[in-house]
Amino acid sequence: MSGLKRTLKEIRRYPSAIAGVAIIVLLIGIAIYAMVTIPYSEAIRLWRGGEDVWYKTPKNARPLWSNWLSTTKLPPTIVQNSREGDVEKSVEVVDAEKNMIDITFDFVFDYAYDDFPREITVFFEADYVEKPPYLSLVWLTPDGREIRVGDFTASRSGSYRVSQDQKLQRRLGGLLPHVGLFADPESEEPAPLQGTYTLQVSGLVFEEGADVDAELVMYGQVHGLAGTDHLRRDLMVALLWGTPIALAFGLLAAVGTTVTTLVIAAVSTWFGGWVDEIIQRVTEVNLILPLLPILIMVGTFYSRSIWLMLGVIILLSIFGAGIKTYRAVFLQVKESPYIEAARAYGAGDMRIVLRYLVPRIIPLLVPQLVILVPTFVFTEASLAVLGLGDPTLPTWGKVMNEAYNGGALYQGLYYWVMEPAVLLMLTGLAFALVGFSLDRIFNPRLRGV
Amino acid sequence: MEKKAESSLSRIAKYMGVRLVFLAFTVVIGVYLTIIIANMGGYVDNIRRGAIREGIAFQVAEDQAFRQMSQEQKNEFIGEMIRIEEERLGLNRPFILRSFGFLTDALTLNLGRAENMTSDSGSKQVRLILLERLPATLVMWGLANLILFFLSLFIGLALSRRYGSFLDRAVIALTPTSSAPAWFYGLFLILIFAAILKVLPFGGMVDAPPPDNRVQYGLSLAKHLILPTTAIIIGALFLNAYNYRTFFLIYSSEDYVEMAKAKGLSDREIERRYVLRPTLPNIITNFALLLITLWQGAIILETIFNWPGLGRAYFTAIGLFDTAVIVGNTVIFAYLLAITVFLLDFVYAVVDPRVKIAGGKGGG
Repeated sequence: MSGLKRTLKEIRRYPSAIAGVAIIVLLIGIAIYAMVTIPYSEAIRLWRGGEDVWYKTPKNARPLWSNWLSTTKLPPTIVQNSREGDVEKSVEVVDAEKNMIDITFDFVFDYAYDDFPREITVFFEADYVEKPPYLSLVWLTPDGREIRVGDFTASRSGSYRVSQDQKLQRRLGGLLPHVGLFADPESEEPAPLQGTYTLQVSGLVFEEGADVDAELVMYGQVHGLAGTDHLRRDLMVALLWGTPIALAFGLLAAVGTTVTTLVIAAVSTWFGGWVDEIIQRVTEVNLILPLLPILIMVGTFYSRSIWLMLGVIILLSIFGAGIKTYRAVFLQVKESPYIEAARAYGAGDMRIVLRYLVPRIIPLLVPQLVILVPTFVFTEASLAVLGLGDPTLPTWGKVMNEAYNGGALYQGLYYWVMEPAVLLMLTGLAFALVGFSLDRIFNPRLRGV
Repeated sequence: MEKKAESSLSRIAKYMGVRLVFLAFTVVIGVYLTIIIANMGGYVDNIRRGAIREGIAFQVAEDQAFRQMSQEQKNEFIGEMIRIEEERLGLNRPFILRSFGFLTDALTLNLGRAENMTSDSGSKQVRLILLERLPATLVMWGLANLILFFLSLFIGLALSRRYGSFLDRAVIALTPTSSAPAWFYGLFLILIFAAILKVLPFGGMVDAPPPDNRVQYGLSLAKHLILPTTAIIIGALFLNAYNYRTFFLIYSSEDYVEMAKAKGLSDREIERRYVLRPTLPNIITNFALLLITLWQGAIILETIFNWPGLGRAYFTAIGLFDTAVIVGNTVIFAYLLAITVFLLDFVYAVVDPRVKIAGGKGGG
């Protein structure tokens, strides 16, 4: 216990170690926050849900904070729903005999952004028995123009993709509807006219008790703190959930490989002779085996499960490079008097290896273990970048893989690559900082030089 | 004098012989492991069956003698031929026996036929597909690692001279950067120099279309090499330089260095004769281990930079699920790792006096 205290005291002398510990604590905080606020099943649903989960989010939207860095203010997504009381419905009987009732409501919103929305869609729902209602949409601009958007017969549930209405596009002089509806007629280059816009929806129903509801979704160019990808998914889910996965994978792999290596090294030195010889040779062979290609084969042929990869990594690192270092220390320890004492009282081989040899190496082992964590975090990311990421879990590497495949860097969607990259870098840096400092504390031989 | 020179040469030869046998053994194990992993799902069998089927179908289609046969007869005939051929090659024997057949095939680079990929010259031979891509990988990795080695050596020496200076501390502070692999820095470099500054290409090996003129081709290649090599170097430089610096510091506190100083030798001379020389074997062993890691990073770095090498072939093969190419590529990687280690062993044997005196006992 006092040893631990002394270590903690020593760590305080290294500012880089403190920074590292702070980042690790922050990452663990994010991991816990992710697991508490978004339960696993919810995270999977949000990540793999399909269009009905993501229909209200824009494609490839930048994060909100990109607006703070730039002078052009990009629009966020604007959503108004008549069912949720965002607008007031007025009902007017047109023809009482034929049961013709006009239900109208206005979506009113301020538009003070320097660029156009990405898409406009009106989702609608209609309650009727036989005769479907007839919807007409009219667009009012801040400078008082009135543009007929579209008239159509509503089905029970459907959507009207304003952005893809070719007739409207012709009426707007060839401009894409989501551009044309906002464009300032005075300006030569299409630029949005700022001010208050209104979308008037009027639904003519032909039955008593029939009703229409609509939801206006104007997909913006910014969304949330993390932005979205090409499938409209909020990247925040993957960034948050990637944290516990990366930490768990890195830590488990580091602990698994170091512990097995350690035991093998102890066995090798304790038994000596041909056991030692064989273990030495196997280690040398193992060092030159292509680990990543083997992982790629396992991933392609059998399963991409992250836990299988973990198992294979540990299996192939049993005879890892660490054996040589540990062996050197064990050879010294083996000759210590207390080992002789243990032998004298009749301790068995396994008892001496596990109870007397292994604990002596902990000071050397701990820094090594911490330094190894980033290696495995990056291994997992590497596999994901190659397209061998776990099929269900949202991980940082998979986001990068999708960003790469989606041409994020060519299209200027830097946030898509950089957010997971920065998190990976923080993780790697934090563990490396702590590990290198621990190494200097535990192995003072190096401190002088 | 002459006799002594000859005997140290023969000692080096003997040492290299031992290493060669060991590395050959390693390659055999690596390849055998590859076969076992790959064939747990019967994939190697499928690669071979595919090759046999295609060969026989082609033969039958070409041969005038079979023109008269109806399609049904032809299919029956092909089926029979395949059965005989599979029997001849022993595909119906137990796996243990078969696996040695595969091993010989793999070791002689008889890697079968690709399912979906073709080489640029249009061949479906996995060996041709991969060998065609080898030069691209070697150019990038050879260049990057040469620069990395000498730059680390130079910086390490400079730091050991200025031990404790600001520069020394700065490099120590930067060592954690080496925990990220090269492809990771590649992403940042692409972002800065290709996407934002637009001064260097995003990836690829030469401009499209490739220049006809040799000089221009070389210039274009050089331009495309800058970012990937820089990424490799950044990813390993600081930790490497730090390690070398520590080696130099340990060796420059030896008594014989003090002695040389007392004799009044110049700093340069002391460095070259008494510090660099005894440190080199350690440095080379260290570099060999680093290269093994770096080789594997090639797979992803080439993917990120769209570099038409072996790593990129892996990426394409995974995308197309081309098992023959994946297995073949792993075999080539096993060879490349062993060859790299062998070359460094040779350098080791030349610089480490212990090898010349004691033969194979130098350690590796």
